[in-house]
Amino acid sequence: MVRRYRSAMSDPAPARWLLIAVTLGFLGVFLLLPLITVFVQALWQGIGTYWNALAEEDTRAAIRLTLLTAAIAVPLNTLFGVAAAWTVAKFEFPGKNLLTTLIDLPFSVSPVIAGMVFVLLFGAQGWFGPWLSAHDIKIVFALPGIVLATTFVTFPFVARELIPLMQAQGTEEEQAAMTLGAGGLRTFWHVTMPNIRWGLFYGVLLCNARAMGEFGAVSVVSGHIRGFTNTLPLHVEALYSDPGEYSAAFAVSSLLALLGFVTLMLKNFLEWRHGDELAALRGKA
Amino acid sequence: MTTAIFPSAAAMSATAAATSATATRPPRGVLPGFGISLGFTLSYLSLLVLIPLAALFLRVAGLGPAGIWHELSSPRVLHALGLSFGGALAAAAINSVFGTLIAWTFVRYEFPLKKIFHAMIDLPFALPTAVAGIALTALYSEHGWLGAPLAQLGIKVAYTPLGIIIAMVFIGLPFVVRTLEPVLEEFEPQFEEAAATLGASRRQTVARVIFPCLVPALLTGTALAFARAVGEYGSIIFIAGNLQNVSEIAPLLIMIRLDEFNYGGATAIAAAMLILSFAMLFGINVLQAWSRRHG
Repeated sequence: MVRRYRSAMSDPAPARWLLIAVTLGFLGVFLLLPLITVFVQALWQGIGTYWNALAEEDTRAAIRLTLLTAAIAVPLNTLFGVAAAWTVAKFEFPGKNLLTTLIDLPFSVSPVIAGMVFVLLFGAQGWFGPWLSAHDIKIVFALPGIVLATTFVTFPFVARELIPLMQAQGTEEEQAAMTLGAGGLRTFWHVTMPNIRWGLFYGVLLCNARAMGEFGAVSVVSGHIRGFTNTLPLHVEALYSDPGEYSAAFAVSSLLALLGFVTLMLKNFLEWRHGDELAALRGKA
Repeated sequence: MTTAIFPSAAAMSATAAATSATATRPPRGVLPGFGISLGFTLSYLSLLVLIPLAALFLRVAGLGPAGIWHELSSPRVLHALGLSFGGALAAAAINSVFGTLIAWTFVRYEFPLKKIFHAMIDLPFALPTAVAGIALTALYSEHGWLGAPLAQLGIKVAYTPLGIIIAMVFIGLPFVVRTLEPVLEEFEPQFEEAAATLGASRRQTVARVIFPCLVPALLTGTALAFARAVGEYGSIIFIAGNLQNVSEIAPLLIMIRLDEFNYGGATAIAAAMLILSFAMLFGINVLQAWSRRHG
C-alpha cells in the first residue's frame, strides 16, 4: 500500500526524465538555436565584416532613429501607465472593467493594423491627408508616424504591470499620509512611488524592448527610406533582402538580440531580487 | 501577461487578488487626482487607440455590404485569412500541449541549467520579431542546421505553411507557460494526497484531479498565444516565402493592399481579422467561465 501511495503522489522516474528531455529539447530547438544562429551568422564572415556592418552610416542612422523613437514613446506610455493605474487601482467608478479591457486592446490588434490606422488618418488619402499636405506637415512616412505606431503597440505594457500591483497595495498608506497632512503630489512621490518603483521599472523595461524591436507597425508607416526612416528592425529587413548583405543583416540583428538578452537578464534579476514586491505580477509574462 | 481581454477574464486575473482590498476601499474623493488621472487616461486612450480604430471601422462601413463582400470574397483573401487563423489555431494547439509539459517540468522537477532555461522562456517577448524571423529562416532553410536534415527526410519547412506554424509556435510559447506556472505552483498537494489515499493511480490523479484545475488557465494561455499568432507579422514573413494562395498571411496581404493604395481592400481584411479574433477570444472567455463553474 505504501508503495502504491507514493507512486500516485509523484511521477515515476522514466516519466520524469522523458518530460525533462522533451522540455529541454523543445526549448533548445525553438528558442536556443535561433538565438545562437543570429550570432553565428553575424560573425560568419569574420569580425571585420561584422564591425563594418555596424559602423556603416545607414546602420548608425537606424540606431539613432530607434533610440529617438523609444525616447518619445516609452515616457509617454509610462506617464499614461501611471495615470491609468492610479485611476483604476485607487478609485471606484462605473465602467472600470470596460476601461481595463480597453487598455489591453492594442495587444489583440495585429501590428500591421496598428500601423494602418494611422495611414488611414494621416496618409495622403487619409482623413487629414489633404489638410496636412496643405500645411506641409508630414506624419506618415516620417518620424511622427513611426512614433505613433510604436506608441500604439507598446500602449498597455506599463499600465498592465502597475494596475494589479497598485490594486493589491490598496489605499491605506496613501490615506494615512493625507491624514497626516501631506499633499497629493507629495503622497504620490513619497508613499506610492517607493511601493511601485520596481513594478514600474519592470513595465518600462518590457515597453522599451518592444518599442525598440517593433517591426510590423513601423513597417507600415515608415516608407523604408534607408538612412532616414528605417529603424533598426527595418534596417535588418533592408539588408536581408540584399543578397550581398546577408551577414550584415545578422550583424545588425545581433545588436537587437543583445537588447533582448539584456532585457531578459534584467527581467529575471528583478523577479529574483524584488520578487516579493512584484508578487502581484506573478503569472504574468 | 494578464488575462484581461474581456471583463470576465479580467476578473480572474491578478485583479482578483485585489478583491479583498476593494471591499475596504473608501468612497471616491478621499484620495486626490481622480479627475485629472481619469481625464488623461481617457483622452490618451481615445486619441491613440479608440479614434484610430473607429476610423478603420467607419472606412469599412463606407464600402457598403456589397463592397465589403467584393473585397473579402476573392480566393486570395479567403486563403490568407484561412492561413492566418488556421495556422494560429494549429500553433496554439501545439503550444497548449508542449507549454503544459514545460510548465509542469519547471514547477515540479529539478535538473541542471534549470534557471537558465527558465529565463529563456520569455525570449520571444524580448527578441525583436524581425530578428526571430530571419534566424528561423536561416535555421530551417534548405542548407540550415535543421532545414538540411529535414530536407533529407523530404520535409520542407521554410517557404511553406509549415514554416509559418513554426514561427507562430515560437511567438506563442511563453503565453501558455507563463499563464500555467503560477496555477501549478499554487496547486495544493492535499488534493493529490487525497486522490492517492483513496486509491487513485498516478495517471488517474493527473488526468482527473490535476488537469481539470489547469483548464481555465490553459484556455487563457492558449487564447493569448492564438491572438498573438493571428496578427503576427515580423517573425513570419521571412520564413513564409509569401507565395500567393500558398503561404501568404492576412497581415501581409493588408500590407500589399496598402502598397497598391487599395485602402478599401486593406481595411476590409483588417476589419474581418479584428472581428474574427474578438469573436474567438469572446468565445474562449465564455468557455472559460463555463469550465470554471463546472470544473
